[in-house]
Amino acid sequence: MKRLTAIAAFGGCLLALPALAQKTASQGIDEYRAMLQDGNPAELFEAKGEDLWKQKRGPKNASLEKCDLGKGPGVVKGAFVELPRFFADTQKVQDLESRLLTCMATLQGFNADEIAKTPFGKGEQNNVTALATWISAESKGMRFNLSQDHASEKVFYEVGKRLFFQRGGPHDFSCASCHGEEGKRIRLQDLPMLTKNPGDGVGFAAWPAYRVSNGQMWGMQQRLNDCYRQQRFPYPGFASDVTIALGVYLGVNAKGAASVAPAIKR
Amino acid sequence: MADPMRIRAQASGDKATVRVLMSHEMESGQRKDANGKIVPAWFIQEVTALHNEKTVMTAEWGPAVAKNPFLQFSVKGAKAGDKITILWKDNKGDSRKDEATVT
Repeated sequence: MKRLTAIAAFGGCLLALPALAQKTASQGIDEYRAMLQDGNPAELFEAKGEDLWKQKRGPKNASLEKCDLGKGPGVVKGAFVELPRFFADTQKVQDLESRLLTCMATLQGFNADEIAKTPFGKGEQNNVTALATWISAESKGMRFNLSQDHASEKVFYEVGKRLFFQRGGPHDFSCASCHGEEGKRIRLQDLPMLTKNPGDGVGFAAWPAYRVSNGQMWGMQQRLNDCYRQQRFPYPGFASDVTIALGVYLGVNAKGAASVAPAIKR
Repeated sequence: MADPMRIRAQASGDKATVRVLMSHEMESGQRKDANGKIVPAWFIQEVTALHNEKTVMTAEWGPAVAKNPFLQFSVKGAKAGDKITILWKDNKGDSRKDEATVT
């Protein structure tokens, strides 16, 4: 048998490796991220999502290949960077995940309300996340360009902006408390300023993402849900207008930023 | 059955670099669930790599390896067009076999 070198990624060991002499904490983290970049487990979810898209499932035993994500039935490439948007068939502004629920309900016969009520990481929610991961990957490197043509899209932007600055909860926090200034961070994580375009692959342009610390794949819905958790707010409903309005606000602000989703996070 | 692996194998010079992503929970057996009960250990125990049907590496893994593990190694003498096969077996008897062609 030939002698080979095998490198297995042991979670904690990597953190201990880079010597932090003359280096800021965030540079150290950037190095750690660069090491993880090659072999992002998000690829596993991408593969699963692609398979789910083509697979015949649900009470109607149909695939999602006729799902209209805004660029016509079945068109996936480029759809992600134009969401959330207004959809004429549902007469609603929808983000990627709420649109997937619509397609799963109309094409496959799933109960969308039931999926929305399922906790993250359980049952069909895992499938929605995997689908979102694959769909976002199909637009990797493309630039965000959300429409603001329809009146509802403008309303959602304004509502999202209000929500972003709305303070409340036991800590009297708003999204802007953490994301309204440059150079803020939570523990060691730099927080992007989201009231303007934070740049390529930051903030809205970095989700869905795989989180190494807990080995979970998170979509934008879960990202927003967790922001609210950290603010000690009640959780917003999955695919609710609140989360979509925030998505519109963040997405429109990120106009021109290149998407790196699915990304990898600490 | 387990989800598929992602295998990439790239030849450069007289060797090929193989990078494998495996989809596995890799439960250590140390964690407790919401009810305080220990989550039983569930991890990949055995990994085998084959180059054109010939075993070039075997590895014994334990519960300390991270969830969704990433494995990288190089195979001497592998050229473009060769076949790389990876096999794993976990402690519950589940297994998975995937193939890739060296590019």
